[in-house]
Amino acid sequence: MSIAITTQFICFTVLSLVILIGALGVVLLESIVYSAFLLGGVFMSVAGLYLLLNASFVAAAQVLVYVGAVNVLIIFAIMLVNKKEDLKPINDIKSRRIISTTICLTLLSLLIRVDLTNVWSLSSPQNSIGEESTIRIGEHLFSDYLLPFEVASVLLLMAMIGAIVLARRDVMSKDISTGLPVDQELIEKKAEPLLTNKN
Amino acid sequence: MEYGLDLEYSFNEFLKGFGLSSEIAHIIWLPLPMLLVLVAAVVGVLVTVWLERKISAAAQQRIGPEYAGALGVLQPIADGLKLLVKEDIIPAKADGILFTAGPILVLVPVILSWLIVPFGQNLLISNVGIGIFLWIALSSIQPIGLLMSGYASNNKYSLLGGLRAAAQSISYEIPLALSVLAIVLMTNSLSTIDIVNQQSGAGILSWNIWRQPVGFIVFWICALAECERLPFDLPEAEEELVAGYQTEYAGMKFALFYLGSYINLILSALLVSILYLGGWGFPIPVELIAKFLNLPINAPFIQVFTASIGIVMTVLKAYLLVFIAILLRWTTPRVRIDQLLDLGWKFLLPISLANLLITAGLKLAFPQFFGG
Repeated sequence: MSIAITTQFICFTVLSLVILIGALGVVLLESIVYSAFLLGGVFMSVAGLYLLLNASFVAAAQVLVYVGAVNVLIIFAIMLVNKKEDLKPINDIKSRRIISTTICLTLLSLLIRVDLTNVWSLSSPQNSIGEESTIRIGEHLFSDYLLPFEVASVLLLMAMIGAIVLARRDVMSKDISTGLPVDQELIEKKAEPLLTNKN
Repeated sequence: MEYGLDLEYSFNEFLKGFGLSSEIAHIIWLPLPMLLVLVAAVVGVLVTVWLERKISAAAQQRIGPEYAGALGVLQPIADGLKLLVKEDIIPAKADGILFTAGPILVLVPVILSWLIVPFGQNLLISNVGIGIFLWIALSSIQPIGLLMSGYASNNKYSLLGGLRAAAQSISYEIPLALSVLAIVLMTNSLSTIDIVNQQSGAGILSWNIWRQPVGFIVFWICALAECERLPFDLPEAEEELVAGYQTEYAGMKFALFYLGSYINLILSALLVSILYLGGWGFPIPVELIAKFLNLPINAPFIQVFTASIGIVMTVLKAYLLVFIAILLRWTTPRVRIDQLLDLGWKFLLPISLANLLITAGLKLAFPQFFGG
């Protein structure tokens, strides 16, 4: 084995182990903050796998979107609402666990089937595009994947408008979660300059 | 445009002369540029710290450090040594693992971003195809480290500081990326080498600052905000938050934050000079000088001259920007958090979007000036 291949193999093993152990930690750890930070580590390792596959643009996009945006948002949400309270015990925890395990195993078997049936090897090593992938991705986004791309942007716009409506309480007279009338006093008042108009 | 010194090739040839295989030579070569850049970054920090002390003293009509070496040049080294030998304290109720991992997560992406900073045609660690996008992606990891250290300190000032830092860095990343996108649009490439080469046509006249004045200002404001420099240093805001997310940190862990923020400042200055001020380009094109001296562009003398001029120009431009940043720090008051977010979301974001749109339009209208 040449040095390059050995390095690749070591990187692949380490990244896969980090992904597996980290993902298990995300699910099994009691502390939600640790889970959120571990999730960031898993996202980073997935980006590392993309790098090993010569897809550097996808790797950078993975870091930017999943670590830089999604994970930061998750941690933000946890820290803003982090109340020190015990979770309520759930009555039918056993049946819920059985159902979720079944669903996960079904998904896993689906993935394994995809893995076994798909032809992974390239017809020739010259077919790997490497650095050119950025251009190819752009071409695809503006030709055959144009509709999914635009639909995704509409989806994001909807999410944004929804978030604005939820955050700006003066749009609605009733609180959405509790149904009580909104205390209009709490909504932003017009700022009064501190130094003027004072006798 | 493939000229300039190729040190890697020469080094590998030199080692092959001793009968080593090219793979071994490559492995021996690999750590050298990384070490060199790391040393350059740390020395750059020492210089910046000294400049900061001296310029702040001048701005306040003081003398500044005076006794440690001539003009106090050894003061930053003394500062560093002091931080090195200080006791490393982890507060009793803090979360030990996250408390330690926070500063590392803040520093490592910044140092990794030096991968793409070119000091000459071949004088960079790696000319990766995604170039400047790598920096944008890496700098988005930083907020996680800030949130982590803010949370792990178990202190309300730290938590507030961490949340503020993350909010600030997320909101200013978007106009930053959009103004970089306008440059990329003109260059047709993400690589920093191509971005500089595209500006090297006519010396100072072809620098991007003339074609992207709005982008330049937006980028500089956002870079200052990302570095938490003074008009935007709310996360640390001594008067309100003690020291923000750094409150509980001492010794080497504090030094990592300190180092990180200064390396980030230098990196931002370098990137501004690469994106807008022609990178390693001399105000007068080197080809003209070579023609004036009647020397071919490939002559060894011209090669060495070009390489050294390149390094000097890059560093000079970057330090000019660092000087402006320091001057801004000691002469401007801090903005409020609502002003900060207003500026980011309601002013810089629309401006940079319009800039991107106008650049695209101009590129279609005048392809010879705006990169066809």
